[in-house]
Amino acid sequence: MAVPVTPTRSLSGPPVTYDAELERIEIELLLEGIFRHSGFDFRSYAYASIRRRLWKRVEAERLKSMSALQDLVLHDPSALERLLLDLSVSVTSMFRDPGFYQVFRNDVIPILRTYPFIRLWHAGCATGEEVYSTAIVLEEEGLLDRSRIYATDINDNVLQQARAGIFPLNRMQEYTENYIRAGGTRSFSEYYTAKYDGALFSPALTRNTVFAQHNLVTDGSFSEFNVIFCRNVLIYFDRPLQDRVNALFYDSLVMFGLLALGSKESLRFSQYEDCYERLDGGEKIYRKIQ
Amino acid sequence: MAYRIVVIGTSWGGLAALRELVATLPGSFALPVVLVQHRHRQSDHVLATLLQDRAKLKVCEVEDKSPIQPGSIYVAPADYHLLIEADHFALSTEEPVRYSRPSIDVTFTSAADRYGAGTVGVVLTGANADGAAGLERIATRGGLAIVQAPETAESPAMPTAALRSVPNATVLTITGIGALLSGLSVPERAA
Repeated sequence: MAVPVTPTRSLSGPPVTYDAELERIEIELLLEGIFRHSGFDFRSYAYASIRRRLWKRVEAERLKSMSALQDLVLHDPSALERLLLDLSVSVTSMFRDPGFYQVFRNDVIPILRTYPFIRLWHAGCATGEEVYSTAIVLEEEGLLDRSRIYATDINDNVLQQARAGIFPLNRMQEYTENYIRAGGTRSFSEYYTAKYDGALFSPALTRNTVFAQHNLVTDGSFSEFNVIFCRNVLIYFDRPLQDRVNALFYDSLVMFGLLALGSKESLRFSQYEDCYERLDGGEKIYRKIQ
Repeated sequence: MAYRIVVIGTSWGGLAALRELVATLPGSFALPVVLVQHRHRQSDHVLATLLQDRAKLKVCEVEDKSPIQPGSIYVAPADYHLLIEADHFALSTEEPVRYSRPSIDVTFTSAADRYGAGTVGVVLTGANADGAAGLERIATRGGLAIVQAPETAESPAMPTAALRSVPNATVLTITGIGALLSGLSVPERAA
């Protein structure tokens, strides 16, 4: 490998003298340490993105190496807490990919109408933006009162935020646009009250929602669902862990239940591909058929 | 030096530049080519379709975990960061970097850290400074840094910023970049 010549600026990342193999050893030791010390298991997360997050944390803590970060988080509980937040939080928006919610409203809702009672699971719900989005669609379609929504995440901090239902006011313009593109027909502002820099969403939207901690990496199935949403969560897992979680979803769906993935995710590389058929409409919504 | 991957970043004016550039690559081109073009978060597959019209190589939009194969052109999907693993792509919805997702810096950095001196980075037209830090990382790792000649770019800001970060980058027109890429040495197994 060529010897580096100039220092890198302003970008999170390893120092200029770079040994990718050594870095991998340090990262694996760090993740092993976090697992054995705290029980949180990031060892099967997709390497490129967890590496990027770890380097951002190294820099935020004004450290120089992964080994220094390991020393810090194993001895300083508040530093560990900060790192766990970095690693476990996924970023999302309300009505992210409006096309998805359009298909949900037009094609999935009619299927759900045929059930007397509907159980939905948002796996890896983070701060809850998509939970509120689906609740709004279910409410507008008159199905919320016969629905039970389970919203789970590994991270208790983000679940508390999801429960509170307060989202940044400066995102509302984008969310309103998304809502309209998703086929929403009401005034989006009906659903929240603006105060200071926050938008508080109507607690009525989550009247049938249970927020609970659940770890996709280590926990098992806890019920049978008609729909499982897991959008842009599996992208952070490596392939073996994706397989494990796909097994969990398969076991947690009723026959003909639906699995909704992110628009750039697929079951194409999974052993469960043949157990599902993809709904029309161009979105990644799969129906369990065997 | 045997190169292993080409990463190309562009923003304003990028569609025309990319259409011109992909048309110059021969059907026998033996490296994976990764394109990061800033665009609206709700853009669909139209970019890949417009490029396929001109390219001899197969153009596709990346899905999570899809394998990186030589001789294909990969387009970073709108509203995701695109990261490079050893043999496959990974996507991320983490925060935009300098207002951009996909971020050129994120993909360039990831490619440089994964493929080291086997990385070829190309910065084309654009109205911001994304790509400058990523191209610097590529140069730092011993890779090949190429910048579109600013005076030939529809928007010179991005090439200019890249040249400030990597003053000794190779500066060429789109035609020149196409010719240089087409003549690169590639690993034997892929040749």
